[in-house]
Amino acid sequence: MPLTYLDEFRSAPHVQRLLDELNERRGAELKIMEVCGTHTMAISRYGIRQAAPRGITLISGPGCPVCVTANADIDRFIEIAMLPGVIATSFGDMLRVPGTRMGLAEARSRGADVRIVYSPLDALKMARDNPSKHVVFFGVGFETTAPTVAATLLEAHEQGINNFFVQSVHKLVPPALEALCSMPDLDIDAFLCPGHVSAIIGPQAYKPVAEEFGIPCVVAGFEPVDVLQSLIMLAAQVDEGRSEVELQYSRGVRPDGNPQAMALLHSVFEPADAEWRGLGIIPGSGLTIGDRFSSHDASVRFQVDVSYSHEPRGCICGEILTGVHTPRQCKMFRKVCTPDHPLGPCMVSSEGTCAAYYQYED
Amino acid sequence: MKTERGGKNILLAHGSGGRLTQELIGSVFRRTLSNSILDKMDDSAVVQLDGNLAFTIDSHVVSPLFFPGGDIGRLSLTGTVNDLAMAGAEPLYICAAFVIEEGFPLDDLERIVSSLGLAAGEAGVEVVAGDTKVVERGAADGMFITTSGIGLIPASVHISASAARPGDAVIVSGTIGDHGIAILSKRQGMDFQTEIKSDCAPLGGLVASMLDASRRVRTLRDPTRGGLAATLNEIAAASGVAIEVDESSIPYRSEVRAACELLGLDPLVLANEGKLVAFVARRDADKVLGAMREHAYGAGAVIIGEVQESEKPRVYLRTLLGSRRILSMPTGEQLPRIC
Repeated sequence: MPLTYLDEFRSAPHVQRLLDELNERRGAELKIMEVCGTHTMAISRYGIRQAAPRGITLISGPGCPVCVTANADIDRFIEIAMLPGVIATSFGDMLRVPGTRMGLAEARSRGADVRIVYSPLDALKMARDNPSKHVVFFGVGFETTAPTVAATLLEAHEQGINNFFVQSVHKLVPPALEALCSMPDLDIDAFLCPGHVSAIIGPQAYKPVAEEFGIPCVVAGFEPVDVLQSLIMLAAQVDEGRSEVELQYSRGVRPDGNPQAMALLHSVFEPADAEWRGLGIIPGSGLTIGDRFSSHDASVRFQVDVSYSHEPRGCICGEILTGVHTPRQCKMFRKVCTPDHPLGPCMVSSEGTCAAYYQYED
Repeated sequence: MKTERGGKNILLAHGSGGRLTQELIGSVFRRTLSNSILDKMDDSAVVQLDGNLAFTIDSHVVSPLFFPGGDIGRLSLTGTVNDLAMAGAEPLYICAAFVIEEGFPLDDLERIVSSLGLAAGEAGVEVVAGDTKVVERGAADGMFITTSGIGLIPASVHISASAARPGDAVIVSGTIGDHGIAILSKRQGMDFQTEIKSDCAPLGGLVASMLDASRRVRTLRDPTRGGLAATLNEIAAASGVAIEVDESSIPYRSEVRAACELLGLDPLVLANEGKLVAFVARRDADKVLGAMREHAYGAGAVIIGEVQESEKPRVYLRTLLGSRRILSMPTGEQLPRIC
């Protein structure tokens, strides 16, 4: 596998040149929010926050799909996992996320059959191989993951695999950004927009954010050169009084996104109101399973009581996801809340803001 | 084992202590591992030693049992040999206990024991005692091996995780993450075009040549579970120092880097089974590095960082951008059953 492509985007001279350019800027102070967990990790891991000039503050937004999943949805999946005859499948990221009473890892230790899969297709195979079991997949993710889950549901439907179910808590990024923009106390000058999500939905999906809310957007890649170049592009927009959607990550994102994936997504899912941790219920920001596939919808098939659900006490994940606070401003951070004893998902998800700060920043 | 093959399989009776047990010991274990101490077949191996003893034990539950670059036999021998070597000891004698699942193919057992024997020969140790138990189907996943070993530490050697001092150079003996990726690729059926082999190897010889080159080797550790990240954090905590590592100087195979990029893994937390990290007084660092590079298992040795004075034990990584970020102790579930 050739890596020259990667090395170019991590080349020290390139990085230095971009840093110099950013340092020469003499504009007003800038607050830039990234809304993608992979960006959050890249910024912490490469030390971009530290290296950026003083006038540029990087703030994390609601970019980690695991973190924005409401506790009630996590609890519902855990309750389903505890039902007899159920094999609960999930991406590994969800395993250690705490629910109200317990997380999936603890449910497993109490006898639930919880299995980690790398793709929803693995879960479908499990359903095919275990016809006497109900195999339930926890559909967590943004527009990036939803098409694969849609394809899996389509396959399950066509092949008549009736013991395969999905609990869909998939979420859509643009409605969340618009909801964020409508918050009265939002103090953000520009958005660093997600690369992977945009590869599916296309950069134009952020047009309302740029045009109606006047906040510049740049769709960025994930290497240090990508992020620095995108910061320069965002700073230029602000300094020149523009607010547009620009595409830095042109090697990964086509101007029209991926229409086939979007068509697939819409053929299976329907937009619905969804609850986001920290942002509350956002109209049309979630994806539920359409009527044609409702026999595979775990929330239809399994009725469980999660009236006990509540957000973790003392955890300010909500404020961190909306950029109101940083992890260092949380009293629990590093003291009570650690990756081994997390209070909220932001500390354990591999893309969580608190996890990024804990792991990489002093 | 669920699949039956044409060859013979291990039966519960092979672990009963009766005739079949004797047959198995004779035809597999003694034939392969024979030496004057083992051959006495007494209840205990009797050896004569004088000096500071290093004594250690390690269980091996790796899945799959055979992986590119090794198998559970080689791994279980080198695992214990390396733990002895990291204390600065000359590894000498090994005991091995095999827990085998009923139905396990005899051919596979022979391959594993033979591989363990070859590794023992390479490491210059003798397997002087052993034990075999057979458990019912489903009570073990094929085979588990526990090895224990003793070695002799020369009087002049004082190696410890708590001995790192500000100014010391941090050396790694070669590329990082090979074992973790070899296991993962085999287990997930991933094909990275070129086969990534485990680095599984006995490091006693490498350590001996390092100790010959300098009396100022302060700390040795093999970065197995938790990888380089865990090892450096353990040493920082034990020695009460900060360790700063230059990210760009850490050696990786390009295939391992590519696999990590693809899978979203951090190579710094991946297991190694034939690598060591050494903390050496700065003035002797080049001498030790030279000695390491002459050895097959240290040919890729490089200095990756240095020890700094610090109130808080910390490991820092100097990134490409010149910023300093922390390298924290890995948390949560790593890939299970890698060793």
